Amino acid sequence: MKIDKFWLSVLVILIAGFAFTKLADNEFYFFTTYVVLQGLIMAVAWNILGGFTGYVNFGSAGFFAVGVYTTVALNKAFGLPLPVLLLAAGVICGLLGLAAGYLTLRLKGVYFAIATLATALVLETIVNNWKFVGGAAGTYVLQPKGSFIFDNYIELLFMLMLVLAVAATAISRYLSSSRIGQGLAAIRDDEVAAECMGVPTLRLKLISTTAMGALMGIAGAPFPFFVTFVDPVSAFALVIAVNAIAMPMIGGTAVWYGPVIGALLLGAIQETATVTISSELNLLIVGVMLVLFITLAPKGIVGLIQDYKKKKGANNG
Amino acid sequence: MITLELFLNAVVAGLMLGGFYAAVALGLSITFGQLDIVNIAHPTFVILGSFVAYILNQNFGIDPVLIGVVFMPVFYLIGTTLYRVYYVSFERTGQESLSGLAFFFGLMFIIEVVLILTFGVDYRLVNAAYIGKTLHIGFLDMPFRMLVPAIAATIMTGAVVLYMTKTFMGKAIMAVSQDRLALQLMGADPIKVKRIALGIAIATASLAGALLIIIQPVEPSVGRLYIGRIFAIVVLGGMGSISGTFVAAILIGVVESFIATFYGPSWAPAVGFGILLLTLAIRPQGIFGRA
Amino acid sequence: MADRVLNVTDLTKRFGGFVALDSVNLHLDKGERLGLIGPNGSGKTTMINCISGSLFNDEGTVEFEGRDITSLPAHKRAHMGIARSFQIPKPFKSMTVLENLCIPLEFAAWDRADHRHISEQAMEILETIKFAERAHENSGSLTQVDMRKLELARALAAKPTLLVSDEAMAGLSSSEVDEILEILLVLNEQGVAVIMIEHIMRAVMRYSERIVVLDAGKKIADGSPDEVMHNPEVERAYLGE
Ligand SMILES: Nc1ncnc2c1ncn2[C@@H]1O[C@H](COP(=O)(O)OP(=O)(O)OP(=O)(O)O)[C@@H](O)[C@H]1O
Ligand SMILES: [Mg+2]
Repeated sequence: MKIDKFWLSVLVILIAGFAFTKLADNEFYFFTTYVVLQGLIMAVAWNILGGFTGYVNFGSAGFFAVGVYTTVALNKAFGLPLPVLLLAAGVICGLLGLAAGYLTLRLKGVYFAIATLATALVLETIVNNWKFVGGAAGTYVLQPKGSFIFDNYIELLFMLMLVLAVAATAISRYLSSSRIGQGLAAIRDDEVAAECMGVPTLRLKLISTTAMGALMGIAGAPFPFFVTFVDPVSAFALVIAVNAIAMPMIGGTAVWYGPVIGALLLGAIQETATVTISSELNLLIVGVMLVLFITLAPKGIVGLIQDYKKKKGANNG
Repeated sequence: MITLELFLNAVVAGLMLGGFYAAVALGLSITFGQLDIVNIAHPTFVILGSFVAYILNQNFGIDPVLIGVVFMPVFYLIGTTLYRVYYVSFERTGQESLSGLAFFFGLMFIIEVVLILTFGVDYRLVNAAYIGKTLHIGFLDMPFRMLVPAIAATIMTGAVVLYMTKTFMGKAIMAVSQDRLALQLMGADPIKVKRIALGIAIATASLAGALLIIIQPVEPSVGRLYIGRIFAIVVLGGMGSISGTFVAAILIGVVESFIATFYGPSWAPAVGFGILLLTLAIRPQGIFGRA
Repeated sequence: MADRVLNVTDLTKRFGGFVALDSVNLHLDKGERLGLIGPNGSGKTTMINCISGSLFNDEGTVEFEGRDITSLPAHKRAHMGIARSFQIPKPFKSMTVLENLCIPLEFAAWDRADHRHISEQAMEILETIKFAERAHENSGSLTQVDMRKLELARALAAKPTLLVSDEAMAGLSSSEVDEILEILLVLNEQGVAVIMIEHIMRAVMRYSERIVVLDAGKKIADGSPDEVMHNPEVERAYLGE
């Protein structure tokens, strides 16, 4: 029953998204929703490791940027079509995630988190020194010609992002509601006990980090065509990493729809703030909301709603 | 062509740089090493120190080092306040590790954005008579903008070591995470001890920030580069051993100086992070740490 | 020989320079009840860690049902039928008591258990140890004593052939101890071999068919409860403590 509801919503969302490209003609809408959807994929991906498995990744921007620069490099070298670029970014970042997974063998908790942050900064230094993709100065990327069945390229990118966001959510939902999700939750609560209760902790952590990495890479892959100018500052932007953490934390990390709620809410607030106030102030909003939620409502909006329901139930009964 | 002259100058430059790094890492060595508080926002407090020095130096022409020292009590209060929040929200509920980390991550971001909103992203600098002058000893060049911070940092580190080893509160701080029993025997309240320790840690950021802006122009996001570097130093130094931190800082300074001299400065930032990753992967307890 | 469940040969474990276990030999037959005792810090928990795979031993071999498992990871050993409880309880804090039991049912016992009705099976286990009324409580907020019961319940849910219980009864009242002993006896009658680590002498003596004594990482006695009680070396180890 529940499965039907989910896939039905997916269908409705995709059709509505497609209709949107045919009805709306202000490109601004597509730019805005693209950014929100990109944040959503990052948040969902982060939560697979951070929320389900309990390993905090501060280096999300690194995974994202590797996806970005996979596109930049392969596009420049071979001019490959977008689907191939997506696949390549997914594979490369998936491998990077796999490596991060092996890192969890030695590094737990805080040390893992710091290592991810350090990795992102090492990657940034490497890209800064990589002349082929423009180094620190950055590079221009031309949008490919032709936009499939869409009126222009931004509509195509929007629709692509919508499909990817839905796919990412479906993957995350599958992971959390399957036996894998049970195992990941056990790992998050106590890795030693999980292993002794038969949970193949390493294998599940590798699945988790690889899925996270691949999704983040795929989220980054279309970015060069979206912005048409890429430099390390924008690809490795701290706000990407902060959003990837803030959105799940604000929505709620324990369930698959937590990061979705957080991403839609925070994304909408940010985009509105960027237009009406200033883009710096919207960064401040993210930071403040993150800190407030961590200190006051560590289970996020989902947790608040659950508590509210419980209280109401207790009052009624 | 590597000449002896170039080599020795790289060593001396590295020593001075490392001395300064010790000042930045000192605070983290106390929070992370002694208190198990993973304050990744520490470099951002250092940047805050830089901007305090910038404002007062530009408006009143006060010497940056003096500003750094005078503002230590203010930073101390920030630190103790921060501990109260941290304690109530995380430590008391046993949520400290990961939520606490995300808290400091958010805090780092907030401070950085506030600085950007106030000062923009332009590089700022300070003026003092000695900045720009260089001490020549034989073929060794020691610019005062490096020498002064190195000396000030060494004095500050020495003072903290003295405090930690000679005073009652210092000893309590050294015991607070490793040796609960000793702390109990001393009759010290761990919460108070930690509050003071975090105060001291943040206070060091005041001077470290002033020293940073003497060495180089500063903009709000410069702090990020220091995260990997100072974690590398603290982990390498064996977590919470302050003299270990100092040695590790010197080591990283020298290595970076070599990389910058012989490969180009754009690679230098990767040194700290690279060493950090290697240390974490091979020997998480640090090179100088206990087994 | 065919019904030898566990065979530990010359097991040595060091922490840095400290030798926590010094070539210890230990064996256990199918359905046997073994008590493992020794003063604090004598290496009992370390022994369990090496048997269950939470730690890898430095020297020696561990065989389970005739198979060398020395280098197998803990989860594989759990799948084969080794289950343990933890001396310091390690509940899955975000889960309810019932959900805690579902983890071993869905992983350790997966190849041996019915894949359907997981929660019903978990509930049955809780009923056998008279813990069912706590099923839907959050495991993180249990009392220390209840957490120990959960530890035991969770180990039972792994459907083991070898159950190792590390001080499951500390802090329990004497009637509760009797209850747990009863459960372990029933389990044992079903053919499960049990290693019981316990400081409560009365319980160990009553329950065990054989007792092994560790002292400072060495095995100093191995025999019937009677023999062990009258072993002068054992007396020395305990009195010298
Ligand atoms: N991970 C570890 N690192 C270093 N030393 C350890 C470690 N685990 C145990 N030890 C040491 O090994 C020795 C044996 O410990 P173990 O926990 O096995 O004792 P025990 O017999 O279970 O004691 P108790 O009755 O108190 O539970 C102790 O001296 C302990 O300090
Ligand atoms: Mg023990």
